[in-house]
Amino acid sequence: MDGFDGRVLSLLVVLPFAAAVALILWPGDEIRPMKWFAAGVALATTGLVVWVLLRFDYTDGAQYQFISETGWLDQLGIGYDLGVDGIAVAMLALTGIAFPAAILIGWNVDARSKDYLVLLNLLVGGVYGTFASLDLFFLFFFYEIAVLPMYLLIAYWGSSTSFRDFSRLKEYSAMKLVLFLVAGSVLIWIAIVAMFVESGLNTFSLIELQTVGFDESFQDWTFPLLMIGFGLLGGLWPLHTWSPDGHVSAPTSVSMLHAGVLMKLGAFGIIRVGIQTMPEGAEAWAPLLLGLGAVNVIYGSIAAMAQTDLKYVIGYSSVSHMGYVFLGLATLQTLGVTGAVLQMFSHGVMTALMFTLAGAIYQTSHTRDIGILSGLAKAMPVGAFFFAVAGFASLGLPGFSGFVAELLVFLGLFKTYPWIGALAVVGAGITAVYTLRLMAKVYFGETDPRWRGLPDLQLNEKLVAGTLALTLLVVGLAPFYLIDVIRDGVRHIPAVAG
Amino acid sequence: MNVNFALLSPEYVLVGVAFVVLTVDFLLPREHRIHLSWLAAGGLLASAVVALVYRWDTFETLYDGLFIADDFGLFFFVFLTILTAVVVLISHDYVRQHVSQPGEFYALLVFAAVGMVGMAQAGELLTAYVSLELLSFSLYVLVAYRRDDALGNEAGVKYIILGAFSSAILLYGISMVWGATGTTYYGGIAEHLAANEGDLDPTLILGLALILAGLGFKVAAAPFHMWAPDAYQGAPTPVTAFLAVASKAAAFALILRLFTQGLMPALEEWQVLVAVLAAATMIIGNLVAIVQSNIKRLLAYSSVGQVGFLLVGIAALGEVDGGVVIPNGLASEAVILHLVGYAFANLAAFTTVIAVDNHIGTDELSGYRGLAQRSPFLALVMTVALFSLAGLPFFVGFLTKFYLFTAATEAGLLWLAGLAMAASVVSLYYYLMIIKRMFIDDVDESDLLPLRINVPGLSWVLLAALLIGTVGLGVYPQPLADAVGAASGAILPGA
Repeated sequence: MDGFDGRVLSLLVVLPFAAAVALILWPGDEIRPMKWFAAGVALATTGLVVWVLLRFDYTDGAQYQFISETGWLDQLGIGYDLGVDGIAVAMLALTGIAFPAAILIGWNVDARSKDYLVLLNLLVGGVYGTFASLDLFFLFFFYEIAVLPMYLLIAYWGSSTSFRDFSRLKEYSAMKLVLFLVAGSVLIWIAIVAMFVESGLNTFSLIELQTVGFDESFQDWTFPLLMIGFGLLGGLWPLHTWSPDGHVSAPTSVSMLHAGVLMKLGAFGIIRVGIQTMPEGAEAWAPLLLGLGAVNVIYGSIAAMAQTDLKYVIGYSSVSHMGYVFLGLATLQTLGVTGAVLQMFSHGVMTALMFTLAGAIYQTSHTRDIGILSGLAKAMPVGAFFFAVAGFASLGLPGFSGFVAELLVFLGLFKTYPWIGALAVVGAGITAVYTLRLMAKVYFGETDPRWRGLPDLQLNEKLVAGTLALTLLVVGLAPFYLIDVIRDGVRHIPAVAG
Repeated sequence: MNVNFALLSPEYVLVGVAFVVLTVDFLLPREHRIHLSWLAAGGLLASAVVALVYRWDTFETLYDGLFIADDFGLFFFVFLTILTAVVVLISHDYVRQHVSQPGEFYALLVFAAVGMVGMAQAGELLTAYVSLELLSFSLYVLVAYRRDDALGNEAGVKYIILGAFSSAILLYGISMVWGATGTTYYGGIAEHLAANEGDLDPTLILGLALILAGLGFKVAAAPFHMWAPDAYQGAPTPVTAFLAVASKAAAFALILRLFTQGLMPALEEWQVLVAVLAAATMIIGNLVAIVQSNIKRLLAYSSVGQVGFLLVGIAALGEVDGGVVIPNGLASEAVILHLVGYAFANLAAFTTVIAVDNHIGTDELSGYRGLAQRSPFLALVMTVALFSLAGLPFFVGFLTKFYLFTAATEAGLLWLAGLAMAASVVSLYYYLMIIKRMFIDDVDESDLLPLRINVPGLSWVLLAALLIGTVGLGVYPQPLADAVGAASGAILPGA
C-alpha cells in the first residue's frame, strides 16, 4: 500500500519505542511533563488505531491489509513486514484502549516515574508489534520485548502479598512470570526454526509460510509446541500458575495491561502462528486444547471462589475467562473462533476495569482482604457502580460484551462438542456465583465503620473506568461491527470450517 | 619459489607498533608513559587500515597455504585488532592506577594481537600452533600482572600450568596427525580424510581428538574450563575482558578455518563429539553461573556458556546426507556473527565492571546493589549488555542466537538447538538477578562509599559506543551480515 496507509502500522509500532528512547534521554528531572508526554504518545497510538479501524475494508476479501514490507536480513529471509487482518484489528483496538488507560492509572506512581513510563512504552510497543507482524522473526522479536519489561515493572513497582498464612514476594512473582513465559517462548522458538528449515523457502514471512502446507507428521509435532508455548502466556491450565501471582504482585496499571492485553498475545499467537500455518496439526490437537480450556474454565472459577484476596479473585477469573478463548479456538468453527477473539477483546476491557477498581480500593484502604472489606458502596458509590458493570460483563449478562462473546463460543461448542458446551455453561454459572458474592460482600455488605471515610474514585480513575465501562456496553449492545471485522479475519483461516 | 613478502605488510605494522611502544616507554618521562595507550590503540587501528587497503578482496597464500590471506582472514584481522584497541583503551584507568610500566603492558597486548591474527590466517597446524603460543605467552604475563595479590598469583599459576598442559596436548595431537597423514596443511589433511573415508587410521582419530581437547582448553569448553573462573577473577579486569572476548574470538577463528578447510570430510567422526561438548559446556557454564557471588566469576561461567553456543555452530558446520557431507554456510556465518555480538556485549559488561571497580573497589555482586541510583548510565549499559548476552530482542545477541539456532536446525541438530534455547532461559535467570540488584535493591545503608559514580570521559565514550553497537547491530544487522557472509564464503565455498 502507498501513502499513509502503508506506513501507519510501522508508525504505530515505532512510536512507543521512540517515546521510550525520548524518555531515557529526557533532560531534566521534572516528572509532570514526562507524564503528559507519555499520555500524548498513548493517545497518538490510539489515534492511529482509530485510523486503521476507519480505513479497514471488511467487505474486501483481502486477508491482510495495511501491508508494509521492508527487507531486513536477506541471509535468513527476514523482513520487517507488517499487516493486519480482522483478528489483529480487534486486538489493536483493545490495545488502543488499554494503553492510555494504563498510563492514566499509572499517573499515581511517584517512585521513579521516568523508568516506569519507559518500561510501559517498551511493553506496549512489543504488544503492537506482535499483533501487527507478518514475519515470524519479528513476531517473536516483539513477543519477547512485550514480556521482558514485566520483570522490573512487577519487581520494583509491585507489591508483595502477605496476609494470614499466605505470602508472596513481588520479586518471586516477577521472576516466576518471566521464567515461565521465556520457557514457553523456547517451545515457540523451536517450532519457528523448525518451520523455517522444513519449508525450505528461506523465509520467515508468515504469508508465505501459511501457504506452504506442511507435512502432516511435521504439523503433528510442531503444533503442540506452539499451542503450549503461546498458551502459556494465555494462562493455559496447568501452566497458568504464574498468572495470578503476577497479576496480584503487579502495580495496577501493569495488571491492566498484563491481564488485559498481554495474555491475549498468547491466544493471538495460537491463531496466527499455530492454526493458520498448521491446519491439520490444529485439527489433531484441538481435543487437547478443548480439554485444557474446559479445565481452565471450571478450575479457574472454582479457584476464584476460594480466594480471599480481591486481586487473586480477579487473577483466577482471568484464568477462567481465558478458558473460553481456548474453547472457542478449539471448535475450529467460524462462530466459535469469532467468539474466542471477541472474548479476548471483551475480557481485556473487563479485566482492565476490574483491576482499576481493585487498585482504587487497595490504594485507599491498603488491604485487599475480602474478609475485612465490606460495604464500600456507601463510601465509593461510583466505584460500586463500575464494579457492577464489570461484574455483569464478567458473568455474561446480556447487554454487555461478555454475553455476546460467550454466546458465540457456546454456540460454536454446541455445534461441535455439546458436552463441553454444557460444562462451559456450568462454568459461567460458577462465575456468576463468585462475582455476585464478591460484589454483595465488598460493596453492599454491612458497612464497616473503618471504611466510612474512604474516598471515592479519583478523576483519572473515573475517566478510565467510564471509558472501559462504556466500551463494554457499546460492544454489548451493538456488537455487529466488531463481529464483522473479526469474522472477516476468521473466515480466511483454512483450518476453520463453516 | 616466488614468495610475496609484501603480503604480510599489515603484520609488519603490528609487530612494529609493539616494538615502538616498548622503545618509547624507555624514552618518555614516567608521568607521560600512560599516554602510550593512545600510541598502541592508534597503531592497532592503523594496522587494520593497512590490512583493509592491502587485502581487500584478495585471495593469496604464502608457502603453498601456510599462511592464507582471504576475506575470512581480513575480517578477523580487522575485528581482532579493533577488539585489542578497545581493550587497550578500557585499561587506561587501570594502568594509571596499578601498573608501573605501561609500555610493557600495552606492548604485550599488541604482541597478543599479532598471535591472534596469525591464528585466523594460518592454513597449517604448526603455524597456527606458534601463533597460539605467541598469544598464550603474552597472556601468561598479563594474567599474572597482580603480583602482590594472592588471587592474582593463583590466577597466574593456574593459567600457566593449564595453558602449558593444553599446549602440550595440542602439540601431541598435531604430531599424531602428521604421523598419520604426512602433512600439517589443512588442505592436505582434508585430501587425506576424503581419500580414506570410512577407513581412518586410529592414530589420526586420536590425534584429532587431542587437538579438539587442546583447543577445548584454550576456549574453556567444559570439561576443560576449570581454569577460567580463577584466571578471570585474579587477572586485572581489562585482561579478563581480553581473555573473554579477543582470545576467544581468535581461537574460534582458528577452529573455524581448521574445521572447514581441514576436517570437513571427516564430519561424521567429529560432529557428535563437538555436539556433546557443546551441550556439556552450555549446561555446566550456565548452571554454575547461578551460584556465583563475584561478577568476574559469573561472567567467566557465562562466557563458558557462550562458548557452548558457539560450539553448537561448529557442530552444525555440515550435515551428512547419504554418506555425503553437505557444508552448512549458515553455521559458519552464525558463529562469526555471534562472536561479534558477544564481543560488543561482553566488552560493554567488562567496561562497566572496570568503572564500578575503579570507584567502589569491589568485584563482588553485592557492590552492584543500587547501581541504578549510583549511576543510571552504567546500570543501563550493564542491563543492555546482559540482555544481549541472554539473547533478548533489540540487542544483537537476539539476532545472533536466532541465527545460530536456525543454522543448527538446518544441519539437523534440532535437539541441540532446543537445549541451547533452554540454556538461554537459565542464563536469563542469573542475568536478571544482577539486574535486580542494580535496579530493585537499595544501596546499603552502611555503605560509606560515594553515592554517585562519575564515569570518566574516555570510559563514557567507549561505553556509549559499545551500547550503540549492541543496539544498532540488533536493529540494523544487514551490513555486518554481508561482511560476515563474505568472510564465511572464503572458508566454506558453495554455501
